[in-house]
Amino acid sequence: MSFTLTTPSGFWNPLLWLIFLVLFGIIAYLIYSRGNPSYKKETEQIRPYLSGNPEPTKEKIQVKAGDIYWGFIEALKEYYKVLQAIHTGDMRDYILWYLGIGAIITFVLIGGV
Amino acid sequence: MMEHLPALMIAIPLFGAFTAPLFKKHYKEVSIWAIIITGITVVLSLLLAKEVVTGGIMVYVFGADKPTLVLPSGYSVPIRIMFEVDAMSAFMAISATLMSFIGAIYSYSHVERETGLEKYYALLMLLEVGILGMVLTGDLFNLFVFLEIAGIAGSALVGFRNYRGEASEAGIKYLIVSAVASLMVLFAVGILYGQYGNLNLAYIAKNVSFNMVDMVAFGLLFTSFAMKCGAVPMHYWVPDAYTEVPAGINPPLLVATYASLYALFRVSFTLFANVVIDLARVGWIMSILGVLTMFIGVTMALVQKDVKRLMSYHAISQTGYMLLGVGVGLTVLHDPSKLAEFGRDAMAGGVFHIINHIIYKSLLLMTAGALFYATGTRNLNEMGGLARKMPITTISFMIGAAAISGLPPFNGFASKLLIYETSYRLNPLLTVFAMVTSVLTLASFVKVFASAFLGPPLEKFENTREVPKPMIIAMVILAALCILFGLFPNLVLDKLVYPAVDALINSAQYHSWGGLA
Repeated sequence: MSFTLTTPSGFWNPLLWLIFLVLFGIIAYLIYSRGNPSYKKETEQIRPYLSGNPEPTKEKIQVKAGDIYWGFIEALKEYYKVLQAIHTGDMRDYILWYLGIGAIITFVLIGGV
Repeated sequence: MMEHLPALMIAIPLFGAFTAPLFKKHYKEVSIWAIIITGITVVLSLLLAKEVVTGGIMVYVFGADKPTLVLPSGYSVPIRIMFEVDAMSAFMAISATLMSFIGAIYSYSHVERETGLEKYYALLMLLEVGILGMVLTGDLFNLFVFLEIAGIAGSALVGFRNYRGEASEAGIKYLIVSAVASLMVLFAVGILYGQYGNLNLAYIAKNVSFNMVDMVAFGLLFTSFAMKCGAVPMHYWVPDAYTEVPAGINPPLLVATYASLYALFRVSFTLFANVVIDLARVGWIMSILGVLTMFIGVTMALVQKDVKRLMSYHAISQTGYMLLGVGVGLTVLHDPSKLAEFGRDAMAGGVFHIINHIIYKSLLLMTAGALFYATGTRNLNEMGGLARKMPITTISFMIGAAAISGLPPFNGFASKLLIYETSYRLNPLLTVFAMVTSVLTLASFVKVFASAFLGPPLEKFENTREVPKPMIIAMVILAALCILFGLFPNLVLDKLVYPAVDALINSAQYHSWGGLA
């Protein structure tokens, strides 16, 4: 059974990729092992420093799904405004889109364009 | 026995479906019955694929003296229902049976708290019948009938949890969309029957004259199957249906969607392959629909907070890759040098992506179902820190997420690589869209991973445990397939995908009923 997938412009060999992955893993481990040896688990060291304020509950410090990529979505606000406007959830709109696209495709196929 | 395989593929799940209601109230028994029946169909589909790949197109005529009786001399009009199974059909049949089997295993625990399970499993097996009929038949009207069976069974399953208003609404929406698409398919079939007095796909393909009325029929078939496979901008039903259907039904429902994609390919490559107008026009329509589908699907996924709805938008997005791959192939179908240079590989990428996507998207939707099973919510804002509680689900999710994002060495990478390289040869802009979509897909799944699995353990999930064994087994099988197909892409490409692609390209074989006429 061959590992190599030949594509029109090159090839892909997952075994080769895994060998490189292991090599990079070893390099990463060597860098990691030269880290600060004074770090101790399960001590005050791991607690966040919040200028003397009490640490909030775990629920409160978790980043919620709705907040992830906020900046990206804000930057594309106008694009999303259009997208959300066409996703009405209304069955009649679903069918209208189907009829509209069907008309365009049929027009192109019969040689209209 | 082997010559009856196409008929058995339909008869066995149909028998299973009609006997399932006899298990009334014996829910464990009916679950096992469904696992056995769907398991048998997996074996049959593998045997069928072996027969077709080694022996060529398999033809089965219902009601004839001999099951292989086809158009003998003096019998010029094929009036009987005929199944014509080529490598593409066999490829789809394996996908359908495997996912129905996996879905049945997963459902054993996932829906154990529900009632009316004898109906649930009967519908699951009917859905399998509908899909198998669609991909095996060589008759246009028969295709419509099986499209209806799959549509009705699918909509009943989408609305199975009818105590939830959203599920009932999604079920009705799916039913209406399916009914409208089927109606237009029937209209197109009527047009072709009126013109040529026959319903046999190969017969019509050989005689079609490509006049304006024929092209209207082509347009109706093309648009209807494009809507049923969730192509943008006719995709709106997909997130509704995939979100509300029980996670055990997601795999066969996904294959039902791709059975429509198969029908779209069959119509484009087999029925209208000899079209005298520039076929590249059809290929470009398919490619542009593909790019729109992948990009709009992924950007909509990025803003979702419901984990299953997010994954449903990704299902739309991934359909775009298949349309793009096969669309590129269709664009250069009548140009032998370009077809050999990159067209065949583009189609291989698109077809390979079908099975890859069915595997990893089923896995991801099952992990979403596992999250819902364990936490009682699908809202990502309410989840967190579940990796410690559900380690196998977490690992399965990571494998599925890496596969859908096209990360090596998982299965999604191999098919996407073929699509990137080949679409670049047609137009580099197509590849840019495909690659940006992959980056956004990864970003979207990082969001799910961070919000559901990472973070500090939450008090409300203190008693949350890993899901039951049957659900784990189903997820682990799919995760293993993601790795296997990623490590050995040639295994699937050489044995299944390239024969399927060649079957689509060499339509002359199909038109002559595998050389019988």
